[in-house]
Amino acid sequence: MFKYLENQLPKLVMAPTAIAMFVCMYGFIAWTVGLSFTKSRMMPQWDFVGLMQYEKLFANPRWMVALDNLWIFTFLFIVISLFIGLMLAIFLDRNVRAEGALRTIYLYPMAISFVVTGTAWKWILNPGLGIEKLVRDLGFTDFEFRWLVDQDMAIYTIVIAAVWQSSGFVMAMFLAGLRGIDDNLIKAAQIDGASTTRTYWHIILPMMKPVFFGAIVVLSHIAIKSFDLVQALTGGGPGYASDLPANFMYTFAFNRAQMGVGAASAVIMLCGVLAILVPYLYSELRSDKQ
Amino acid sequence: MKFKLSVLAAATAMAISPVSQASEVEVLHWWTSGGEAASVQFLKEKLNNEGVGWSDFAVAGGGGESAMTVLKSRAISGNPPTAAQIKGPSIQEWGDLGFLADINDVATNAGWDDLLPGVVSDVMKHEGKYVAAPVNVHRVNWLWANPEVFSKAGATIPTTWDDFMVQAQKLKDAGFVALAHGGQAWQDATVFEAVVLGVGGADYYQKAFVEGDMDALNSATTVEVFETFGQLRQFIDANSPGRDWNVATSMVINGEAGMQIMGDWAKGEFKVAGKNSGTDYVCVAAPGTSGSFTFNVDSFAFFSQSDAGKADAQKAMADAILSVEFQEVFNLNKGSIPARLGMDRAAFDSCAHDSMDAFVASSQTGGLVPSFAHGMAVSEAVSGAIYDTATNYFNSSDSAEEGAKQLVAAIAAAQ
Amino acid sequence: MSSMNLRLGRTLIYTLLIGFALIYLAPLYVMLVTSLKDIEEIRSGNLIALPEHINFSAWVKAWNSACTGSECEGLAPYFWNSVRIVIPAVLISTIIGACNGYVLAQWQFKGSNMLFGALLFGCFIPFQVILLPMAKLLAWLGLANTVVGLVGVHVVYGITFTTLFFRNYYVAIPNELVRAARLDGAGFFAIFWRIFLPMSTPIFVVTVIWQFTQIWNDFLFGVVYSGPGTQPITVALNNLVNTSVGGKEYNVDMAAAIIAALPTLLVYLVAGKYFVRGLTAGAVKG
Repeated sequence: MFKYLENQLPKLVMAPTAIAMFVCMYGFIAWTVGLSFTKSRMMPQWDFVGLMQYEKLFANPRWMVALDNLWIFTFLFIVISLFIGLMLAIFLDRNVRAEGALRTIYLYPMAISFVVTGTAWKWILNPGLGIEKLVRDLGFTDFEFRWLVDQDMAIYTIVIAAVWQSSGFVMAMFLAGLRGIDDNLIKAAQIDGASTTRTYWHIILPMMKPVFFGAIVVLSHIAIKSFDLVQALTGGGPGYASDLPANFMYTFAFNRAQMGVGAASAVIMLCGVLAILVPYLYSELRSDKQ
Repeated sequence: MKFKLSVLAAATAMAISPVSQASEVEVLHWWTSGGEAASVQFLKEKLNNEGVGWSDFAVAGGGGESAMTVLKSRAISGNPPTAAQIKGPSIQEWGDLGFLADINDVATNAGWDDLLPGVVSDVMKHEGKYVAAPVNVHRVNWLWANPEVFSKAGATIPTTWDDFMVQAQKLKDAGFVALAHGGQAWQDATVFEAVVLGVGGADYYQKAFVEGDMDALNSATTVEVFETFGQLRQFIDANSPGRDWNVATSMVINGEAGMQIMGDWAKGEFKVAGKNSGTDYVCVAAPGTSGSFTFNVDSFAFFSQSDAGKADAQKAMADAILSVEFQEVFNLNKGSIPARLGMDRAAFDSCAHDSMDAFVASSQTGGLVPSFAHGMAVSEAVSGAIYDTATNYFNSSDSAEEGAKQLVAAIAAAQ
Repeated sequence: MSSMNLRLGRTLIYTLLIGFALIYLAPLYVMLVTSLKDIEEIRSGNLIALPEHINFSAWVKAWNSACTGSECEGLAPYFWNSVRIVIPAVLISTIIGACNGYVLAQWQFKGSNMLFGALLFGCFIPFQVILLPMAKLLAWLGLANTVVGLVGVHVVYGITFTTLFFRNYYVAIPNELVRAARLDGAGFFAIFWRIFLPMSTPIFVVTVIWQFTQIWNDFLFGVVYSGPGTQPITVALNNLVNTSVGGKEYNVDMAAAIIAALPTLLVYLVAGKYFVRGLTAGAVKG
């Protein structure tokens, strides 16, 4: 009997997590999927109306803008964060002085919530107050930097702020990866006459593959959940040009009394997550079996 | 005097219902700054003096957006606050869902039907019973102007939209920002609302934007409205997107801009800056709307309580809200006019007097209309659809026909 | 020639690193100088200019007298509310994550990989989706609008990340270790306690930093699931900076924002070194 319990211990330890997960994640996802088929307006109401909310959703020009923005935002955010993060990590790893201080500076944006950093960013990006004014005051009177107030460019200011917030974390991940590489490997390559650039490009970067993968998962997770950023920086504006799906969903579910549409948009977002995550999970579980 | 008043208030509260010492109200609101916070504090102290505790649940941001999220979560968990800051048709929606408490006996005792204007009391009732108490009446269709800027530019303050374009051009030519504006959806909607009323008139406004009548929406007037609205794009500065409304007001105050279209709460900004109405700034009705009044009434709705003590505290709060002192303090702080009729108007300034007169006059001519930009006219879904089209149109270069078409489609989808 | 090149390379590296550091610091710098100016200077002055007179009154006001509702006691009371929420939530979620990671990495059972995959997907749910059903569940448990309930919510949605961190850390430890210990008669918990915990410091640091940052900065759960009087600092900060009527005090806003961020900044400053070390030790192995 005792032996049996002992054998079941791992499962027992996992049980509370498993229960919490099935109720609070999958149960709630199911609830949301169900809600997306109802005519719920201000509060959940269980009168089913089929796909009506999805039809409304995709007929809504604001949703289409939010969806387009998500692709632009996610792609640029991930690529730029990876690039900057990797670059900073490689340079930091080359025995620079004050590494600790620099590292902390790159990391700190993760620590601050956007509720007010948003205001600072708004000022910096505002043409009348921030960068444009400063450069013009320096004598370059033709200088223009007005993405924040430009309907076609506002989404890129969200990318800038998001990269600022997250690239430090990517830097830390890459730095950790670089530190994990055996120094002898690099020395050996250099003895063979490989240049520094070649060493990085052909030997070190390929070894960073799992870091790339992990970073992409963390970044896409941040991208899909991005909400505060838009709220604080542009409020979705000008117009609704910089809206993202998370903001759309929140607005419709809670402030527009169109909960069904909000639920439908959440379901579409989750489908998107599934598309990103399935390849990751596949490789994750496959590598375990080896 | 103060002491006497509070004793009196306590006595009335006692007369209505024996208030137990332990009872308290939990109030969800988003008034966290300046005069608004001070007014809430006043209400809180007033209730404390009557032996009713006050548990503050303030959630600011986005005109109550976060607060509504909290309210919905609280309601669904069967634990709603005693009172929450809700207004307009939303009160009916909450009532339909069966969440609101009947406070009709307080209202009958205090004679609310006689104290409140009909348009206000209608909003406060669900199925003929009072479920909410109004704190104020805002007039939204105001134009705030800096006369010094106008005289420098040789312009006169416009009274029609056609004239507006002429005068705004003069301001612009003289190097001023003609129209101070903050490019946020609700501000775009506020200006749009003024254009609808000024260009289309109160009848059209009522039909198209209150009743959602498709014939009215599909008429040529809608295109005309969008044309005028679109013309305004050239009179605002390029940096307006995302600007807070009070920053726009300060542009008028310091002579950078000529005018702003904004509700009467803008007055507080002028006051804080030490400006006097009539000389340093003028308040006139938005172009073409002098006989009309778009109203925006803030109110507290009361949620059903299982606890009898809390229900009593709720009634004491309802009574306190309609009290003469609170209505005066609150509205002096906020720039609005009291919801309660027949109050002494000596303490109020000339803009508030204009507002009070216009309220009474317009209620007889049919020019008194609910503000759709401030959630008084239509459901959240429809006003949201109007917001989206107005703000998108204003920030794009779409033609008036396209704007009108999008508006009709969006309203139809939201209804 | 080569040393010239090297020196050029070093200069380039330092220029880039310092250039980026300046860009990263810019928002904090703007916030800091703004918080030290008085309101007149903010209105008239330059965004990046240093304050003419250093003035700490905005900080004092933000801490103990700014209005966050009908009460005007600054951020101080909410600061301690946050502490009371964050400490148990971080500890519980980290401990559960450590146990889960230990099981998933070293005591795999049939379906444990599936479970892990399901958990990973779970951390992608946009939190706005779960607000209402969670409120219902908390009410059913009798925990609506209590600190316990709020801590519970943070724990549930924090477990995914903590489990992920620990699992990836422990998976790098050879199975033979557990097998040998079992032959010696050590049980499930004994092995965890005596072998795994002592070598887990780096990953504990990473997890605690991560969880602390997430929970301290959380606004959504804090505003929805807290009760009156127990709201976390982010809710108070939001109330403080979101003024609907006039006279925005930018210096107080900025001081409040920095105060609200101080604990997390401190954690990064003190433990930042271990953060990279902990990540090196395995958290990023994916």
